[in-house]
Amino acid sequence: MLGRSLREVSAALKQGQITPTELCQKCLSLIKKTKFLNAYITVSEEVALKQAEESEKRYKNGQSLGDLDGIPIAVKDNFSTSGIETTCASNMLKGYIPPYNATVVQKLLDQGALLMGKTNLDEFAMGSGSTDGVFGPVKNPWSYSKQYREKRKQNPHSENEDSDWLITGGSSGALAGPDPRDSTTVHEPINKPFMLPSLADVSKLCIGIPKEYLVPELSSEVQSLWSKAADLFESEGAKVIEVSLPHTSYSIVCYHVLCTSEVASNMARFDGLQYGHRCDIDVSTEAMYAATRREGFNDVVRGRILSGNFFLLKENYENYFVKAQKVRRLIANDFVNAFNSGVDVLLTPTTLSEAVPYLEFIKEDNRTRSAQDDIFTQAVNMAGLPAVSIPVALSNQGLPIGLQFIGRAFCDQQLLTVAKWFEKQVQFPVIQLQELMDDCSAVLENEKLASVSLKQ
Amino acid sequence: MAAPMLRWGCRGRRWAFARVDGGSCHRRGAPTGSTSNQIRGESSVAQQPLHTAQKTRKGEHKWAAVVGLEIHAQISSNSKLFSGSQVRFSAPPNSLVSFFDASLPGTLPVLNRRCVEAAVMTGLALNCHINKKSLFDRKHYFYADLPAGYQITQQRLPIAVNGSLIYGVCAGKKQSQVIPKTVRIKQIQLEQDSGKSLHDNLRSQTLIDLNRAVGLLEVVLEPDMSCGEEAATAVRELQLILQALGTSQANMAEGQLRVDANISVHHPGEPLGVRTEVKNLNSIRFLAKAIDYEIQRQINELENGGEILNETRSFHHKLGCTMSMRDKEGKQDYRFMPEPNLPPLVLYDATSLPAGADPQQVINIDQIRETLPELPSVTREKLVQQYGMLLEHSFTLLNEVGLLEFFQNVIKETRAEPKKVTSWVLNTFLGYLKQQNLAVSESPVTPSALAELLDLLDSRTISSSAAKQVFEELWKREGKTPGQIVSEKQLELMQDQGALEQLCHSVMEAHPQVVMDVKNRNPRAINKLIGLVRKATQSRADPVMIKEILEKKLSL
Repeated sequence: MLGRSLREVSAALKQGQITPTELCQKCLSLIKKTKFLNAYITVSEEVALKQAEESEKRYKNGQSLGDLDGIPIAVKDNFSTSGIETTCASNMLKGYIPPYNATVVQKLLDQGALLMGKTNLDEFAMGSGSTDGVFGPVKNPWSYSKQYREKRKQNPHSENEDSDWLITGGSSGALAGPDPRDSTTVHEPINKPFMLPSLADVSKLCIGIPKEYLVPELSSEVQSLWSKAADLFESEGAKVIEVSLPHTSYSIVCYHVLCTSEVASNMARFDGLQYGHRCDIDVSTEAMYAATRREGFNDVVRGRILSGNFFLLKENYENYFVKAQKVRRLIANDFVNAFNSGVDVLLTPTTLSEAVPYLEFIKEDNRTRSAQDDIFTQAVNMAGLPAVSIPVALSNQGLPIGLQFIGRAFCDQQLLTVAKWFEKQVQFPVIQLQELMDDCSAVLENEKLASVSLKQ
Repeated sequence: MAAPMLRWGCRGRRWAFARVDGGSCHRRGAPTGSTSNQIRGESSVAQQPLHTAQKTRKGEHKWAAVVGLEIHAQISSNSKLFSGSQVRFSAPPNSLVSFFDASLPGTLPVLNRRCVEAAVMTGLALNCHINKKSLFDRKHYFYADLPAGYQITQQRLPIAVNGSLIYGVCAGKKQSQVIPKTVRIKQIQLEQDSGKSLHDNLRSQTLIDLNRAVGLLEVVLEPDMSCGEEAATAVRELQLILQALGTSQANMAEGQLRVDANISVHHPGEPLGVRTEVKNLNSIRFLAKAIDYEIQRQINELENGGEILNETRSFHHKLGCTMSMRDKEGKQDYRFMPEPNLPPLVLYDATSLPAGADPQQVINIDQIRETLPELPSVTREKLVQQYGMLLEHSFTLLNEVGLLEFFQNVIKETRAEPKKVTSWVLNTFLGYLKQQNLAVSESPVTPSALAELLDLLDSRTISSSAAKQVFEELWKREGKTPGQIVSEKQLELMQDQGALEQLCHSVMEAHPQVVMDVKNRNPRAINKLIGLVRKATQSRADPVMIKEILEKKLSL
C-alpha cells in the first residue's frame, strides 16, 4: 500500500479497502523501521493517530473532505506547526513550539491530511545536501533500495535534496490560492480544487532548451537524459527550440548577494529574548545576544549572516545589493524574452549529476556545494517563476536523476500539465524498499560498519 | 490694537499663538555694524575663560541657532500598523501582543488601512505632496524592545514630502503681535513604534512591554527654526492640527507625541555648525527650555574654544540641562534594506483610480481631501467672524486644552453677549486656572455656572464687581449655584429706584462741597459722588444707575 501513488491510496480509502488508522499505523511502522535514514526530527504519532480517527469518522459518515483526507503527510521542519516542535534543524529553535500553523500546513490539515511528523533539513534550509542540520545528515533512501544495491554494494550516499513532501502525484489543487496573511500574495481566485487536465495536444507545445545550461560540469548521464527528453517531446510533434538566457552565469552570484542580505535581516530576530535558545550569560543584553547567536547558529548560518551584513553596510549597499538587484532584473528579463519567443515551458537538468556519496560531498564546504548544486534551480527564484522537478530515470548506479520544467509566471497549471504528461511517459520506477523493510537488522549492521563521525 | 497686522496671510494658512513661559528668543538677522572685525576680535578674546556661562553678552548678535525637529506622533487607530492586535493605552504589559508583534518566526506584516489614511490626511493638512507610490524599508539595530532586530519604516520613498507649517510667534511689547513663520516639512513617513523598556537597576534587569508597537507618523521639520519658542510654537500648532484631524491624540504626557530636536549654532554667513540631537522631550515647555539651554551650551562651548560633538543628548528637566547619552559605538550603520514582505504602497486620486476598483482595497487621495475636518486656522477665523473677538483671542482659546469647548458651552447657555463671554473666559476664568495651575478639566466652575452668572450680570441683577465676588465663591467648590450665592451674600443690586434716589439725595446733602465741584464742571467730582453713594449702598447699587440719578438731580 505504501508504495502506491497518492491517487491510488486515496481511492482505496474512499472504497474502504483500508482505513485511515490502518494506513497511519503502517506509515508509523515504516518510519520506525527506517529511523536510520534520519529523515524525521519529530514524529507526531499521537497527533497523527488522532487525526486518523477523525478522518475515519468522516469516511464512515460519507463526509470526506476530499482527496487528501486520511493521507499521511510529513512537513519539513521549517514550516510552523501549531503545538508541534519546529526546530529548523537548529539549536536556536530546539524546543520551540509555534502557536500557529503555516498557511500551507493549515490548508493540508483542513483537507484532512494526517501529519506524521517534521522532517530533517540543513539548518534553516541553508545548504544543498541536508547534511548540515543540528540533528545530523539525512540518508538517501535510494542507497538502500534494491535497485541501487543490485548495482553496487557500498556505503550509503547523502540525500541530494532536502527530504520534502512525501506526496507524489497531482493533488496540488488543494493547496493553491492566495495567502491572506501574506501582503505580497497574488489575489487571483482559484477554483478549488482543480484537477490537472490531461495534455490534449503535445504537438501544440513549444519546449525551450536554454543553451547556457549545458555546462562542462554536467555529467554525461544527465546530459543524455536531457537530450532524450527533448527528443521525446519532438517525437510527439512538439516544437523544441534552443533559447538563450545570456545572464545565466551571473545568476548564482547575484542570488548569493541577495539571499545572504535577506538572511542577515531575517535572522536578526533570533536573539533569545522572546523564544528559542537563550544562553546563560546575563551580564548585559549585548553579551547575551552575542552568546545566544553564537551557540544557536551553525557556521553556515553565521557565515551567511556576516556576508549579508557586509553587503548591507552603507558603503557597500550600492555596489553589492543594488547592483545585484539590477542584475536580477536582467536575469528575469532573459526568461521573459525566452517565453516571448513562443516558448511555453523550458526544460533543463535539475542537478549536475546523480547523488554524490556523503564522504565525497563533505569534501567541499556548504557554500561551495550550494554554489555548484544550485545553478539550475535558483534562477527561477530570481525570476519569480514556477518550476517543478520530475524524476526521469535511474542512473547506471541505480540512483534517480530528474529534470526540471520551468513555466511562465502564473501559468502553474500549464506547467504542471506538461510535467504530468511527461511523468506518465517516463514511468519512473517505484523505489523498492521491501528488502530493506524485511531486513532492518542487516541494514543496522551495515550502518555500524560504515559509520562516520558526524560531529563537527 | 494689533488687528490690522493680523490680517496677514490668506485663508487656509495655519497660525499658532503661544505664550510660552521662559525661552528667550535669540533674534536672528544681519549682524550689527561691527561685523567681521568684531567677530575676529571676539575669537581672539575667546581664548580667555568667560565668567558667566548662561547670559549672552549685550550686543552679541553674532550667533545664529538652527533648530530642526523630528516629531513622532502615535496614530490614533484601533489596531497596530502591521498587525491586528489592539491599541489601548495603559493595558497590562504584554497583553496586546500578536504573533507578529513578538516577531515569531514566519510571521508577516499586513498594512493597516486606517494608518495610511491618517498619513494622507496629515500630509494634505500640511500642504505636502502625497507620493502615489511609497516604499517600506527595514532599519536594523539590536535592542531589547525591538523584537525583530529591525524597524519597518519608509526611508527611501516616504508617503508625503515637501510641505509647510505656518505658525505665529508672539512678539511686541505686550506679546500681542503675531508674527507668522513658516517651517518646511521635509517628509512624513509611516513607521512602527518599538516596545517599551523599563530599566530595573535594582535587580540589574530590563523589562520589556511589547504593547506599544503602534503605528507612528514621523514628521520631519527642516531646520528653519531658530530658538526654543519657535520650536515649541510649531509643535503646538502641529498638535492642534493632528487633534483636529483625529489622526493622533498627540498628548505629549502620554507619549503620543515625541519630539527630538536637532540643534546647531553658527555665525550667520558661515557654514552650519556641528549639530547635536536632543531627545527625551515630553512636554512643550521642556522642549523650549531644552533647546534654549542647548543653544546656549553650544555657544559657550565654542566661545571657550571647545568643539561640539555630533552626539545624542538627553534633557533632564529637574536639572534644566542636557546631558550626553554617551554612545559607546560611534555612528550606527542601520543597514537599510527594502522590506521584502510589503509591496509598494500605491495610492490613487480621482484621475488614476482604476474603474471598478473595490473601495475597500484602494485609497483615493482626492476623496480624503474632500472630507478633511476643519483645521485650527479655519476654526480661529470662524471664531473671529462669529463672535467678533480678536484673532489673538482665538489663538488662546485653541491653545488651552478644553478651553474652546468650555467657551462654546457657556455661549450656548447664556444670554450675555459673546464679547462679554470672551472676556470672562479669557481673563477671569483663565486667570484663576493659571494662578492655581489647573487644567480646564479640573475647573471647579462649570460652563453652566458661568453661564448663569453671566445671565445675572446681563439682567443687571448684580453689578460686575458683585459678579467677581460670586465667581470667587464659585471657585471654592462649595457646590452652590450663583443664584444661591447672590442671595446668601445679599449681592443683589438695589432695584428700588425710590430708595436709591433717597440715598443719592442724602449723600448730596452730606457732601455739599463735592456737589459744588460737580457743578463747577470738575469731571472727577462726579465719580467721587458715585463712589460715596455706592459706599452708602454697600456696593449694592448699579453705578450706572447712580450716575443717571445724580446727573438728573444735578440737572447735568
